[in-house]
Order: sequence, then structure tokens, then C-alpha cells
Amino acid sequence: MLPRQGSTIAGPMDDLYMFIFWLSVVFFIIIAGQVVWFGMKYRRRGPGEKTPHITHHLNLELAWSIIPLLLCIVLFFWGFDGYMKATVVPGDAMEIQVRAKRWQWEFEYPDGIRALNDLYIPVNKKIRMVMISDDVLHSFWVPEFRVKMDVLPNRYTDVWFESTIPGTYNLTCTEYCGKGHSTMRGSIKVLTPVEYEDFVKEGPPELKNMPLRELGELVYKSRGCESCHSLDGSRRDGPSWKGIFGKTEKFTDGTSAVVDENYIRESLMNPHSKIVATYEAVMPVYKGLLRDREVLGVIEYIKSLK
Amino acid sequence: MSQTLESAHGHHPAQQHHFATMEQQFSAAKLGMWLFLATEILLFGGLFVGYGIMHNRHPEAFVAGHHHLQRPMGAINTIVLLFSSFTMVVAVWASQTNRKKLLIWGLIATIACAGIFMVVKYFEYSHKIHDGLLPGKFYSYKGPQVEGEFMFFSFYFMMTGLHGFHVLIGMIVLAWILIRAMRNEFSDQYYAPVDLAGLYWHLVDLIWIYLFPLLYLVS
Amino acid sequence: MADVKTTGAHVHGEAAHHASYLEENKGIMNWLVTYDHKRIGLMYLWSVLLMFLVGGLFALLVRLELLTPGEDLMNAETYNRVFTLHGAIMVFLFIIPAVPASLGNFVLPLMLGAKDVAFPKLNLASYYIYVVGAIMAILSIVLGGVDTGWTFYTPYSTSTAGAVTLMTLSVFVLGFSSIFTGLNFIATIHTLRAPGMSWYNLPLFVWGTYATSVIQVMATPVLGITTVLLVMERVFQVGIFDARLGGDPVLFQHFFWFYSHPAVYIMILPGMAIISELIPTFSKKTIFGYRGIAFSSIAIALVSFLVWAHHMFTSGQSPLTNAIFSFLTFLVAIPSGIKVFNWTATMYRGSISLKTPMLYAMSFLLLFTIGGLTGLFLGTLATDIHLHDTYFVVAHFHYVMMGGTVIAFIGGLFYWWPKMVGRMYSEKGGALSAILVFIGFNATFLPQFIMGSRGMPRRYFTYLDQFQPLHQFSTVGSEILGAGILVAILTLVASLRKKPDAIANPWGGSTLEWEAQSPPVTHNFVGTPVLEHAPYDYRHAKVEG
Repeated sequence: MLPRQGSTIAGPMDDLYMFIFWLSVVFFIIIAGQVVWFGMKYRRRGPGEKTPHITHHLNLELAWSIIPLLLCIVLFFWGFDGYMKATVVPGDAMEIQVRAKRWQWEFEYPDGIRALNDLYIPVNKKIRMVMISDDVLHSFWVPEFRVKMDVLPNRYTDVWFESTIPGTYNLTCTEYCGKGHSTMRGSIKVLTPVEYEDFVKEGPPELKNMPLRELGELVYKSRGCESCHSLDGSRRDGPSWKGIFGKTEKFTDGTSAVVDENYIRESLMNPHSKIVATYEAVMPVYKGLLRDREVLGVIEYIKSLK
Repeated sequence: MSQTLESAHGHHPAQQHHFATMEQQFSAAKLGMWLFLATEILLFGGLFVGYGIMHNRHPEAFVAGHHHLQRPMGAINTIVLLFSSFTMVVAVWASQTNRKKLLIWGLIATIACAGIFMVVKYFEYSHKIHDGLLPGKFYSYKGPQVEGEFMFFSFYFMMTGLHGFHVLIGMIVLAWILIRAMRNEFSDQYYAPVDLAGLYWHLVDLIWIYLFPLLYLVS
Repeated sequence: MADVKTTGAHVHGEAAHHASYLEENKGIMNWLVTYDHKRIGLMYLWSVLLMFLVGGLFALLVRLELLTPGEDLMNAETYNRVFTLHGAIMVFLFIIPAVPASLGNFVLPLMLGAKDVAFPKLNLASYYIYVVGAIMAILSIVLGGVDTGWTFYTPYSTSTAGAVTLMTLSVFVLGFSSIFTGLNFIATIHTLRAPGMSWYNLPLFVWGTYATSVIQVMATPVLGITTVLLVMERVFQVGIFDARLGGDPVLFQHFFWFYSHPAVYIMILPGMAIISELIPTFSKKTIFGYRGIAFSSIAIALVSFLVWAHHMFTSGQSPLTNAIFSFLTFLVAIPSGIKVFNWTATMYRGSISLKTPMLYAMSFLLLFTIGGLTGLFLGTLATDIHLHDTYFVVAHFHYVMMGGTVIAFIGGLFYWWPKMVGRMYSEKGGALSAILVFIGFNATFLPQFIMGSRGMPRRYFTYLDQFQPLHQFSTVGSEILGAGILVAILTLVASLRKKPDAIANPWGGSTLEWEAQSPPVTHNFVGTPVLEHAPYDYRHAKVEG
């Protein structure tokens, strides 16, 4: 019924869930069983059949009012307790700033490094997400951690978790936010302490040895380039990358330049300094969002596109 | 063996056929009107709650905005409406005691007071429009202001506007009652429409009694 | 038939021989300007059924699109509009008006022994207000559509393109129809009861309708002001909900749910009211715990106003707020449980006839129980964190609204159909529809509890591959459900081709409407009915069926 337990509170929450589940099964069997059983056992045998005139039974009615009430009170306290444990942030948590915007998740580590959609964190460490939205309501949900909190535009909300098993966990937006709501996904990648140290120094582990051109293609597909730059020459919000390396571009201020390594780097870090003629200044700034190796990868990838 | 339905002869012409007696009909109508007034209280209540919350969040903006309101005009309107409630009570009493002339004068006085209210309101609104003290995106006041002051005017216009709309409706209803009164339709046997219109009018007055201090007086 | 004295009453057990309300004053013009609650009820009936079919069609389209994670029939933007319209039409144009305005209008005065409702002209006005609201809503579909979800959360709803303002205004208009219906029923129940009919002699359908009407009158105005504020924000940027202007988007949620939570009890109380009639009649046994059910209805109506923020546990509100609302939510669950136990106990040692209305009533008992029990997961704070805004919630509310109200509504239609149109329908068709609906409904929604628990969010156009098998199962279920609904409607419509053949009391019911002819005369009763015994009293009855 429930996904893998990836955090410290998943276990206790699942226990409560299963308690309610079995409670429900028992009550359902009692009620449904009787309904079906009575329907069969007391089937009308003929016209004029008489039935007993039972109007009420005080003790029975009190019992089935009070016992469910007591069970509900148990559920309330158990649920409240679990809720407090899940939402009150412990003091020693590492803080990650989260900015939700249509339709992606931007993360910022305490040291200022930024990440897009994929967040690498160490295992067995308390992490606190401090969240705000750039536009409409979103909601941060990691099912396997059992944590969820809406992300608002006018104030910060937070959520915390401590993951117990290294692995990749789905992050999914769960407050309707428009066209891209169902693709506003990300992942929380939980690393062992050693892997995490490595990551802090050199970036995501699986990308460390990836050839630059392949890395560039990955960045193209996963960091938003694809939505504005085509590979086949067709025009989108930005110029197509097909055959662009070595080309001379004209800009809106009348100047022009050759598309080389420096130009590509500048376009990523400071995109509005040179706008290609007939295009608008809509490209997001990638400064802080790409590691050095990723920039090199993008350059190699663009070079390869004839 | 068809049976004639219970005879409908010999009852007041205003009695509807599904009621057994005029008392039953009046009783139902009165209950209906009270229920309707309850819905009006809840409707305005939402605006009061919204105002309260926003005032709490932006106290300086709301106080600053409130200082632009003309208290004397608000006070005149309050007195006018209170007086109109009095004339309405007189009209209802007159309808219950077969005093046709007094009923008509009471209704005319009430409508006149409502008219005065709307005229004063017109002057108040014009002044604000002239100064650019308008709701939402229309706010264009150029003088010294606090950030967010436009929100006070959003509420001011929504609340007094909705109230003014109810005053207008009241005037139309009372005019219709007046015409019926002039046609001799009311007596101690049948005065329900006057009574119910009176109830509505008192509610309109009551809402203003809450609006005036909240918007004009509270700092 | 139960012993109710009616002055000069006609002989029981025979087909009608006074001109009925259908036969007198024929012609469409006479229907359009009628003050007769029975005719108004029928006009509402065909209107809400039409809206139900439109909303249902949108649902089938949603489920078809979800057969695969990819784009099948429509793109994401169209999908967002389709699910929004499914919700908005079903909530505002179907389920809120349906039982009170169609069955309630028809049956209530008959049950009270009255000739009509307290304010017949207002009743007709309510209907036309509904029609205007419906036209505005349909227009908004055509003029750009709405893609906000039926909950219209800000800031998305104040900034997205489309006909949001028009649809919001249509909701404002429809609210008046609901308020006036509720107001009318309260006045009717207070003032037009037949001689001898004290409050504790009222049928439970009346108690349920009364409780519903109280909510309609008290809660709907708040929806009215909420829609006004939303339009003001969208058109004039007044600043109340827009964060950039200093407003609070979560405040919208408070305003919205202050109405919309009580609204779900406007939806379920009439359904429960119907069940309270069906079970005793088809068990030929007095209702167990009459006062328990009556008071539970009132308790539900009152407590329903205290729990709205349980829709907002993850909205960023304080833990104290969450604790208060979670606690109150458990309180509102208890009266519903009491009712289910009482209905089940009524069947104990009854003389049970498994005719179509009873099949639907028994379906209700099973499905509403599941719906209610799954509410426990959501009222419990810790589990709600995981389940909020997922398919679990979607499954929960479909179990209570459809497995509950809609199934009770269809059961009620089959029950009162002979009274309304004077004809018996094919029992085979009715039973087939009940079975298809039960199977189809469970196949559609039971998997959704699992999907939600496993990570499937709401309002998703595409999804992870792991959810595909359950989505496909659910879609197949929706087709079976749709077929069942179709069979139900066709069965009822087919009966209209027959000559009138229904007797006054085909089911052996004990409430006053079964004393009237099937269909009734225009003024309902021949003579004034006087109540001689409590409803559901089968001790002296010579009931057949």
C-alpha cells in the first residue's frame, strides 16, 4: 500500500496508517457483513409478513456512539503527536533554500551552490527546506519521506526530513499550478557521507566521468535549454543550436560576434548582455546554477551540433 | 366520486391557496424574511471578516486611508438612516392600525431619507474619485500615503458599495409598497408586505451602524 | 396502506382516477410558468440529470486520457480545463441542487400533507435562477474554458487566462438558487405540516431536508461573498488575496472552505435522508433509532461549520489551528456513524425486499461506510500530511459523494418514480443498473486509494509508469460505471412509454406521500390529510408489496 520508507518518520507514520487501515477493515466487515447477511437471511418470504417493532436500544446506541468516539480520540492524539514530530524542525538541521516556480524546483545550499530539480543530500542528516514560491501555490511532496508542505508566494514555509537509506527519491509538486503541474518533478538523491563529500567537491557522482559532450547533452535536456533552443534549426524563444558554433551572430544593439567558447560562457552567465537580433531578453541567468564542468560540457555539445 | 377541494371562498384576496389561514401565511412569510436577513448578515459578514484581517495585517495603511474619510458626512448619513428606521416603524404601525395617510407619509419619509443618504454618498464618492482615492488598480492618489493604502479603499468601496446597492433595492421595494398602499391594499387584516419591508429596512440600517464606526471612527 | 384519515379519500390500491398534475394544464407554456412544486421538481430533475451527464462525460474523458502517461486525447492545458469543468459542473450544477431541488421539491409537501411549498413563486424563481447560472457556466466553457480546478485557489485563479470571471459569477448566481430553495423548505416545514404532524412525527427525509436547508441558508452567502471577492481581485486587483499587493492567498482558502465544507453536507444529508426512507420501507420494519437519526442530522449541520480548515492541513497554517480542526473533524464523524449503525439495525429481523431502490440503499451502506472510514485517514494529522492532495482524497470524496449521494439519489428516483410519473419501470433494468453501478464504481475508485498512498498526486495529466496498471483498471471501471448509469436512466425513461399503471402505494411505504394518487392530483391530496400515526409504524398497516 505504501512506498518505501525513506525517512525517520515514515515508519511511525506507516504504523498509524496501518492501524487506521485495520480498524477500517474491521468496521467495514462488521457493517457490510451485516448488511449483506441481513439482506439474505431476512429476505421477505411472503406478503403480510410481520416484523418486530424495535424503535431503539439505549445501551446499544450509547455503546456505538461512545466506542467510536474514544477510538477517534485515540486517533486524534496519535495523529497530532506524529504530526508534531514530522513538522517541528529539530535544531541541528542543514538548511536548503527552495524556490518553486512554474515549473521547476530551485535549490540553494548553505554555501551558495545552486541546483535545479535534483537535490543531493547526505544520509542520516536532518535537512530543513525553507521554501517560497515565485508565482502561484505549489506543494513540496516526497512520498517516500512522508513529508509535504505547500509553498506560498507571500511567506516562507518549511519542512524537514532525515533520510535513512541512500538512494533516489521522487519529489513531486502536489498543488495544482497549471500546464506543467504534472511534470514539475525532481529528485532527492541521498548519498553516503563519503559520496556526499565527493559531491561537494566535484559535483554529482554519476556525472564525474561522463564525457563532456554527453554531459552537455544531459544539461541541454535537464536544465531547461531544450524548451527554448531547438536542435533542428526551428525557431523557438531562443536561437536554434544547429550549426551555431563558429557562426557570426548580430545583436539587438547593432554589434555582432562569433559564437565561440567565450560567447557561450557569457550567454550562460550574463545572457542579457548580448541579445541576438529579433529575439527577446527572456533567457534565465545560469550563473551559480552550473558547475564549471557542466559549462564545458555545454560548449562541447554545441560544437558537435552541425 | 370526485371531491371538491376545500372551499376557497370567503378568505382574504391576498391569501394564497396552499395556506389554510392568513395567520399561517403571514407566519411563513415572516420566517422567510428572517431567514433572508440571516443570509444578508452572513454575506456582509464575509466582508467584515476580510476587512478585519487585512486591517490587522496592514494597520498603518488602514489608519492612513481612514483619515481621508469625511466623518461629518458619515455622521449625517447615520442620523438620516436612523431617522428613516423610525419613520419605517411609524409606517408599519400605521398599516397595522388602518391609518392609511400616516402609512403613506411614513413610507414617503423613509424613501426620502434613503434618497438623502444616496445623495450624501454621491458627494462622498465624487470627492474620492476626484482625489484618486479608488479601489484596487484604480488607486491614483498623488499625495502623501502609506504603502498599501489602496487596500483600505478597496474595502471601503466594496463595503459601502454593497450597502448602497442594498439601500437602492430598499428604495425600489418601498416605492412599490407605497404604490400598493395608495391603492388601499393594506389593512389590519393584511399588512405583511409593509412589515417585511420594514424588517429589511432595519437590517440595512443596522449594517450601516456597524459600517460607520468601523470605517469612519476607529483609529 | 397505513391508516391515515383523509376526508373523502378515494379507495386505496387502485390506479389513479382523478386527473393528475401531469394531465391537467398541459402544454409547455403551462409548465414554464407553473407554481406547482411537482412540476418544478420535474423541471429541476431533467436539468440536473442533463448536467450530470455532461459532467460525467468530462469524467470519462479524463479517465480515457489517463489510460497512458502520454498524451492520448488532449494536451495538458485541455486536460486541466476538462477536470476543472468536471468538478465545477458536478458540484455546482448537479450534486448541490439535485436531491433537494428535484426529489425534495416533489416529495416534501406530499410528505407533510401540504398543497405546496411555502413560497411557490420563489420556488419557480429559484429554478430560473439555476437555469441562468447554468447558462453562464456553459458559456464559460465555450468562451475560453476554466483551468483552475473547481476550488479556484488564488493566486492561480486571479492570474490565469480563460473565463474564470464568468464561471465565478455563474457560481454566485447558482448560490441564490440554493439559498432560496433552503429558505423555502425551512418555512414549509415550520408552517405547513398537516394537523397531527408534530416534529417527532416527521419522516426522516424531512429532518434531513431541514438540516440541509439550514446549511444552504447559512453557508451559501459566504460562497457568495467569496465569489464577489475573487472577481474583485481578478478584475480590479483589490489586494485581498494577491501576495504581491499585500494580500493573502491562504485567506482565500479559508473563505472558500468555510462554505465548501458545509456544502459537502448539503450534498450528503439529502442522500442520507433518502436512505432513511428506503431502508424501513423495504425492510417493512420501523426505523431503528428515529431520534438518533433526526438529531444526528441537526448535529452534522451545526458541526459542519466548525471543521473547514481540515482541507488546509498542509497550507502552512499553525499546528494549533491544525490540532483544533483535526479534533473537531473527528466529532463530525460520529453522527454519521450513528446513522449507519441505525440503518443496519433496521434491517435486522426485517422483511427485506430486494427491489431496485433497496439494492441502491444497500450499495449506499457499503460505499458510504468506506467513504466515511477513509475520512479517518484524512482527519488524522500525521497521515493527512502524506495523503493530502493525492488520489486518496479523490477516492475518498468520490466514495462519499458518488457512492453516497449519487447512489442514494438514483435509489430515490427509482423509489418515487411511480409516484412522480404514475408508471412502474422494469425491475430487471433497475437491478442490472444497480449491479453495474456498484461494480463499476468500486473498480474505478478503489485502486485510487492505493495510487494516492503510493505517491500519485491529484490533477496530474501525466504520471510515472508505475501507476499505469492501476490507472487502466480505474478507466475500465469508469466505463462500466457509465454503462450502469445509462441503464438506470434508460430503464426510467422506457417506463414513460407505458400507460400509467402504478397504484398509490406500490412499495408499502408508511409516509404520507403514498396516500396520494400516483401521480398526485395538482393540489396533492383529495381532501386534507390528517396524520393518525407515526411514520415507519408497520404494526397496524395492511401493506402489500
